[in-house]
Amino acid sequence: MIPVQFDYKTPATLDEAVALLASDLDGAKVLAGGHSLIPAMKLRLAQPQLLVDIARIKSLAYIREEGDQILIGATTTHYQLESSDLLKKICPLLPECAKSIGDVQVRNKGTIGGSIAHSDPAGDWPAAVLALDADLVLVGPNGERTVKAENFFIDLLTTDLQPGEILREVRIKKPSGRFGQAYQKVPHPASGFAVVGIAVNLELNVDGSCKSAGIGVTGVGVKAYRAKAVEAALAGTNLDDNAIAAAVAHVCDGIDANADLYASSDYRCHLATVHTRRGIQTAKARVQ
Amino acid sequence: MKKAINLSVNGVSHTDEVEPRMLLVHYLRDVLELTGTHVGCETSLCGACTVMLDGQAVKSCTVFAVQADGSSVTTIEGLAKNGELHPVQEGFWERHGLQCGYCTPGMIMTAAQLLDRNADPSREEICHGLDGNLCRCTGYQHIIEAVQYAAKKAGQS
Amino acid sequence: MTDNYVGKRVKRTEDPRLIKGLAHYVDDIALPGTLHVAFVRSMYAHAKINSIDTSAALAAPGVVAVYTGHDVEKIGPVPCASALPELKVPDHRVLAKDKVYFVGHPIAAVVAKDRYAARDAVDLVMVDYEDLPAVTDVEQAAAGGPVIHDAFDSNVAYKLTSGEGDIDAAFAAADRTVKQRILHRRLAPIAMEPRGVLARYFPGEEELTLWSSTQIPHLMRTQVALMIGMPENKLRVITPEVGGGFGSKLNVYAEEALLSWISMQLGKPVKWIETRRENMAATIHGRGQVGDIEVAFKNDGTLLGLRYSVFADLGAYHQLLTPAIPTLTGLMLSGAYKIPAIQMNITGCFTNKMATDAYRGAGRPEATYVVERALDLVAADLGVDAAEVRRKNFPAADEFPFHTATGLDYDSGDYEAALKKAQEMAGYIELREKQRKAREDGRLIGIGLSTYVEICALGPSQAMPAGGWESATVRIEPTGKVTVLTGASPHGQGQETSFAQIAADELGVNINAVTVIHGDTGIVQYGIGTFGSRATAVGGTAVFVAIQKLKEKAHKIACHMLQADASHVSFESGKYSREEAAAAAAGTSDPVVPVGEAPAGALPEPQTEGKTSLTIQEIALAAHLAKELPPDTEPGLSATYFFEPKNFTFPFGTHIAVVEVDRDTGDIEFLRYVAVDDCGRVINPLLVDGQVHGGIVQSIGQAMFEEVVYDEQGQLVTGTLMDYALPRASHIPEFELDRTETPSPVNPLGVKGVGEAGTIGATPAIVNAIVDALAPFGVKHLDMPVKPENIWRIINGH
Repeated sequence: MIPVQFDYKTPATLDEAVALLASDLDGAKVLAGGHSLIPAMKLRLAQPQLLVDIARIKSLAYIREEGDQILIGATTTHYQLESSDLLKKICPLLPECAKSIGDVQVRNKGTIGGSIAHSDPAGDWPAAVLALDADLVLVGPNGERTVKAENFFIDLLTTDLQPGEILREVRIKKPSGRFGQAYQKVPHPASGFAVVGIAVNLELNVDGSCKSAGIGVTGVGVKAYRAKAVEAALAGTNLDDNAIAAAVAHVCDGIDANADLYASSDYRCHLATVHTRRGIQTAKARVQ
Repeated sequence: MKKAINLSVNGVSHTDEVEPRMLLVHYLRDVLELTGTHVGCETSLCGACTVMLDGQAVKSCTVFAVQADGSSVTTIEGLAKNGELHPVQEGFWERHGLQCGYCTPGMIMTAAQLLDRNADPSREEICHGLDGNLCRCTGYQHIIEAVQYAAKKAGQS
Repeated sequence: MTDNYVGKRVKRTEDPRLIKGLAHYVDDIALPGTLHVAFVRSMYAHAKINSIDTSAALAAPGVVAVYTGHDVEKIGPVPCASALPELKVPDHRVLAKDKVYFVGHPIAAVVAKDRYAARDAVDLVMVDYEDLPAVTDVEQAAAGGPVIHDAFDSNVAYKLTSGEGDIDAAFAAADRTVKQRILHRRLAPIAMEPRGVLARYFPGEEELTLWSSTQIPHLMRTQVALMIGMPENKLRVITPEVGGGFGSKLNVYAEEALLSWISMQLGKPVKWIETRRENMAATIHGRGQVGDIEVAFKNDGTLLGLRYSVFADLGAYHQLLTPAIPTLTGLMLSGAYKIPAIQMNITGCFTNKMATDAYRGAGRPEATYVVERALDLVAADLGVDAAEVRRKNFPAADEFPFHTATGLDYDSGDYEAALKKAQEMAGYIELREKQRKAREDGRLIGIGLSTYVEICALGPSQAMPAGGWESATVRIEPTGKVTVLTGASPHGQGQETSFAQIAADELGVNINAVTVIHGDTGIVQYGIGTFGSRATAVGGTAVFVAIQKLKEKAHKIACHMLQADASHVSFESGKYSREEAAAAAAGTSDPVVPVGEAPAGALPEPQTEGKTSLTIQEIALAAHLAKELPPDTEPGLSATYFFEPKNFTFPFGTHIAVVEVDRDTGDIEFLRYVAVDDCGRVINPLLVDGQVHGGIVQSIGQAMFEEVVYDEQGQLVTGTLMDYALPRASHIPEFELDRTETPSPVNPLGVKGVGEAGTIGATPAIVNAIVDALAPFGVKHLDMPVKPENIWRIINGH
């Protein structure tokens, strides 16, 4: 319940935050909403020596449209995303995903950036940003760089963030044309984390056939991933039941699925298959 | 090591020096002696410690007191105004929404947030809204009825 | 007498302090100079302790003392109150000394100036362990292999066979038999308030006050006094607000004695508040049985005999009632049925785990689950409806008191009435039709029944380890306020309200004039406590009878003051009136001296001249002033009664669960939940509904989510609430409740008890419904918790 001692800094700007992190590359940790980090600290599983609190950097919390992109600041809370009227209109997958995270108290405090940077294998946001083919903007001592979401998640709790780097922004190409989205989740009955979470972003051609599909999967493997075999199998089909069934059978291709007391690996894969199917069907039904 | 913090709790301003690791719930309970906010788990799951931080329900066991510097906090002790129970408190009393009472302050704070955001929630919305609060006594049915009572009551006034 | 309160949905008098956050649980009590204790606990299930190095911890800032097992040898063993023939009782010390026996076993206590410093120092205590093989499977524990306790030759703590009737003859005469292995997983009680202890020793007075979150303050006082060698009358136990217990606080734990002793050593108040992880590892677990049920019956469904053989997973040590819990299972194996021969065989075994003990229901849910599952197996075997095989074997309403082959005499009941009512509420016939049609459409709907009986109002002292009575003192203060002191120690059940309802009606006063006090051995006469659904049936009866005693005295004084014969004075609506005035007396009695309105100083004497009636509160004042009392009458108006029940009570009911299973995922959804409970006469329907709701939801937890899991090394896999799932609001259906009311003849109130009915009645209804949903796949039984994956495997043949 009680973390070990640490020092705490509240940089006013992102540059200051980057400098503070650089001052102690091994012992410093970024604190945003704290809803991944603080629980780990309370169990003393994480023992940082310095917390750099970026939640006070006001310019880091935003949701806005810019050209054909949606820009989301790293310290935007789950609740801000859940309740964003703009997003409900232009990219409803994000509010739907946000609404499924933890509980209202967690959503009020936890941030999208924190969740993505933590890369919990059962976190929800990774699935959504993968399905949306998001770009992640990182800043560090050597300046800024942009990484595709699918290249960002590397392994269990491991991302492409280099020592001293901070995730600053999530950039998503605004869905256009005939698109439909859905987030399907099986929450763990105790923790509320995803046993399986499937994010679906479909774009249809004028004739109703599938132009492209983005499928992000969380909870199943050591890290969230894009189910590329499913995406490929869907592209060009008319998304009838047979096409969907054939495609979703590939959702766990190449994945060594997790097992826990609630779900073995083969049941987990089965759930992934069922919920990918349901997610695609829901997304398809939502296409306007 | 200690940091100075200043925050408003139930409308009263407090300035203290605290270790950065002091959890907000311990600050409220041990420093300010506001013991209505409870601790029920170690893993940010049970919601017994829920308070309003700048108008948003949060688990005060998952916020360091230093993070709340400059903020305004409302605890269960500050919910009733001018001796009048908040409609949610009244609902819990009227509909027997509590037994041992330990989860109750957190449950009430979360329910108050729920009604702030949705004045007329469905049963399903109430349940979803209370997902971050565990109760081992009531079986939830009377809690749900308490929230429905409060929604109706608030709607009338 | 009035009927203003009893039987009504009276709002709770304890609620205002709780909903305002102004109530005081143990951790809310702050005494100046309090030191905080944190524990070093074993990381191993079974290990030898080679050495413990406390030097770094002692040198840490804020640390005052560190105690290990060798320092506390003077503290007596943690008590076990169960006396069974040839029971092996390990020497259970408050801190481990040479060996640890379960993950979470306390090894050292760190005392520091605040809880942060204490927690930090725990990490600085170095324990050198030598890992030993862990015994985790109860059947393997019984079969042989490593022996946990050196003092014994095996891990079998006791064996016991119980029951009446010729069981072999029953099976020999049977047309048919069914048998089934049934698992009752270990469960964690998880009271939302973890345990907590605050001990303060007064060196001058040589007195000690112990605040503990417990269900049994007086029993704790006796036991802790014995453990630490303190005169019992110098120890005061206070249970402030208690945040739930469910049996987990019906115990005397190492920490309570140890904190008391530490406070004596240091002359300072010391506090320990359990963390949730400690609570999962080192507060008792419930259930933990592996059993085999066999039933003998005739072709027409008549039950002939039932045999249940069980391995009980006791854990490493006995806590207060550990070995006794499985014997309660044996008592209730007749369920709601006429079964001429019953045999229970228990093998209680030590394992390298935390002790099991009383968790809501305490042995009875196991019995009800086994019997209700067995009845469904019988129905399936005969191809008849589950309700009909139950009906066939019910004792009729006129067969009570009904003697069972487990040696009990059920007090009263009308099982058919409860079943009929529940079936009508649920629309049982239509439900079965709906189920049939749904199956044709490929949908999997299941209907589960449970027609349970439970045993409450524990109990006659003959059947209890340390007294089964309960006490009450009722007095009317000079200002007319009514004080009720109860030896029961409620912790959420609402007896501050229900006992006040009884007192207000019996005395004819306003309920606001009544205060119920409990949970303080310095104020309240000895009591037994709150467990086994006993508080109202035994403790409430004590209140009721104490009031009758008080009224006898008041009547005598009234006659004296009204100058009338006893036979010409009657009590009505709070007033004693001469015959001719009785009709005029109406409404409730009002205090002579309204608080805050009378000037301080001498109390006004009641004016009797010319009066034909006196309120009971006027009589109380006169009794206090003692100027106008009949000869040989003690001053004051107070009465104490210790109620010894002659029998248990036996509430019953029918629960019907309707579920639908998702073929694709195995997910279970409730479509309906109907419960008709009969807990005898009802004092407060609002509180009864609350007890039933809470119990059903704990059953949902047991049936579908909850299981304490240790791995083969004895590591606790479900060590936090991230792993151990409790039901949440979104997991529950909307409950449809009703009641039948069959008064108990065991006590004058006619009440039976309802605290555990939900956890006893609901679990089998839910599992029976899930099994029924899967009947098309030939499923006859599923073990709890029934998870979607189990169902998916059945549907898909995996």
